[in-house]
Amino acid sequence: MARVYKYQDNVDTDVIIPARYLNEPDPAALARHCMEDIDQGFAAAVQPGDIIVAGFNFGCGSSREHAPVAIKACGVKCVIAKSFARIFYRNAINVGFPIMECMEAAEDIEAGDSIDVDFASGVITNNTKHKTYQAEAFPEFVNQIIAAGGLLNSLKNRA
Amino acid sequence: MPMTMTQKILAAHAGLDHVTAGQMIEAKLDLVLGNDITAPVAIKEFEKAGFDKVFSTEKIALVLDHSTPCKDIKSAQLCAIVRDFANQHNIQNFFDVGTVGIEHALIPEHGLAIAGDAIIGADSHTCTYGALGAFSTGIGSTDMAAGMATGTAWFKVPAAIKVVLTGKKQVYVSGKDIILHLIGLIGVDGALYQSLEFTGEGVSALSMDDRFTISNMAIECGAKNGIFPVDEKTMAYLKGRTDREVRVYTPDVDAEYVRTITINLDTLRPTVSLPHLPSNTRTIDQAKGMPLNQVVIGSCTNGRMQDLREAAAILNGRKVAKNIRCIVIPATQEIYLQAMEEGLVKIFIESGCAFSTPTCGPCLGGHMGVLADNEWAISTTNRNFVGRMGPTTSMIILSNPAVAAASAVAGCVADPADLT
Repeated sequence: MARVYKYQDNVDTDVIIPARYLNEPDPAALARHCMEDIDQGFAAAVQPGDIIVAGFNFGCGSSREHAPVAIKACGVKCVIAKSFARIFYRNAINVGFPIMECMEAAEDIEAGDSIDVDFASGVITNNTKHKTYQAEAFPEFVNQIIAAGGLLNSLKNRA
Repeated sequence: MPMTMTQKILAAHAGLDHVTAGQMIEAKLDLVLGNDITAPVAIKEFEKAGFDKVFSTEKIALVLDHSTPCKDIKSAQLCAIVRDFANQHNIQNFFDVGTVGIEHALIPEHGLAIAGDAIIGADSHTCTYGALGAFSTGIGSTDMAAGMATGTAWFKVPAAIKVVLTGKKQVYVSGKDIILHLIGLIGVDGALYQSLEFTGEGVSALSMDDRFTISNMAIECGAKNGIFPVDEKTMAYLKGRTDREVRVYTPDVDAEYVRTITINLDTLRPTVSLPHLPSNTRTIDQAKGMPLNQVVIGSCTNGRMQDLREAAAILNGRKVAKNIRCIVIPATQEIYLQAMEEGLVKIFIESGCAFSTPTCGPCLGGHMGVLADNEWAISTTNRNFVGRMGPTTSMIILSNPAVAAASAVAGCVADPADLT
């Protein structure tokens, strides 16, 4: 029973993990400051398996991979958004953190809803509202990276 | 199938005759770039994956520009990781304190980005080199690690927006105003996953520094890259900086664009972005009088010679207002020296500015000009997100260098044309 944290459009990587913590290489330490500048209570409250739902252009701004790393290190299961900024999208795939692009789900799901996700099929189930949504499918090339457990693993497998 | 300029560069680097928008390709890279924040993560991933050799000692650039000269112990440790890696792998283009400048000004200065190149950098403003007719884009640390190991990267071939510039810009209007205006028109995700291809008779009058500023902020409307045609000014800039062959690509006349946006430079006014998005634009007359505490002139967006000259022209013979802290940061050592030779440093210091060694520093709230609660800054940098330069209650207005300098003198947001 994942809990939902809901945010608006244009959640940028500066609020996901502020630059003042980028001198910190440890993912667990980054996690303690995750979402600090948009939702101060997030890092203390978030539980493994929780889900972030957001609007358009999630993860815009800086290329810092620390952003998906921090969210992943919090135990967040996935981010569902109407769209993702392109560098965040690449970074999430490359570090093996699941993201789902789904307009209807991102619009419909509310904070507190109980959500299940199936990455293989892209089906998002809203247990509270008794509804299902279909996320955008990844290109096959991207599926191969995800299946290998990230970009560097997929490169090593190929070598 | 006709191709855009970006598509032609990507096709050539993927060894293909043609590519189309949406196609997944693997492209050979001419440069892989990282800095003191992103490279340590890339190096860790590179080593964790078991790679022991870089694809090229010449085609990797490591630039310690963000927290340097090191602001604290943790930053110093990160720089040490990069320094050790550069030594171990004999990285030819490693820039440390003393030679370092802000990466996106430094890389073109050293001829490491030229027309026709395909470049990735673990910094979102890597799109700057589009000004030179290169394909360049920001990526994360894992992509950088893969790039250092293989010399390649995967891309989804982008569709493009055609941006037609007409007319000629007026006094106190610069490349910054063109790109802020464009971002205001299309929004911070208006070009998501797409290229911006600049064209039109207005391009030829733009200096290289104007073009660098425009390409630099392509990411602020979500674009993958922002590219300019190669002309005499590009070739003059590249002359003497590189021995490599310059490859000039031009879009097919019947290339497809998802949309065309025309900007008339004749009527463009100095433009600012109010908190907290670059797309929250106003013309200067709508913003003047807003109170300020700090002014920052510098960054990979606006720390070049033309920017310093424009700011100095305003500050010459004037004083920074009593309630204002004005910080001026040249983007590279070459620019620093040139500013000294032209007497600009004297003007800045005599007017009451702090003048710093090159660093990204305050742009990302790192050091050298962090704000306090409820303070307002006008800055020639590229982002005015919540908490970017200080606590979440601090506020950033983005502007061009002339507007920033005029605001430093006036003590509030000001139009340079109003100064007496």
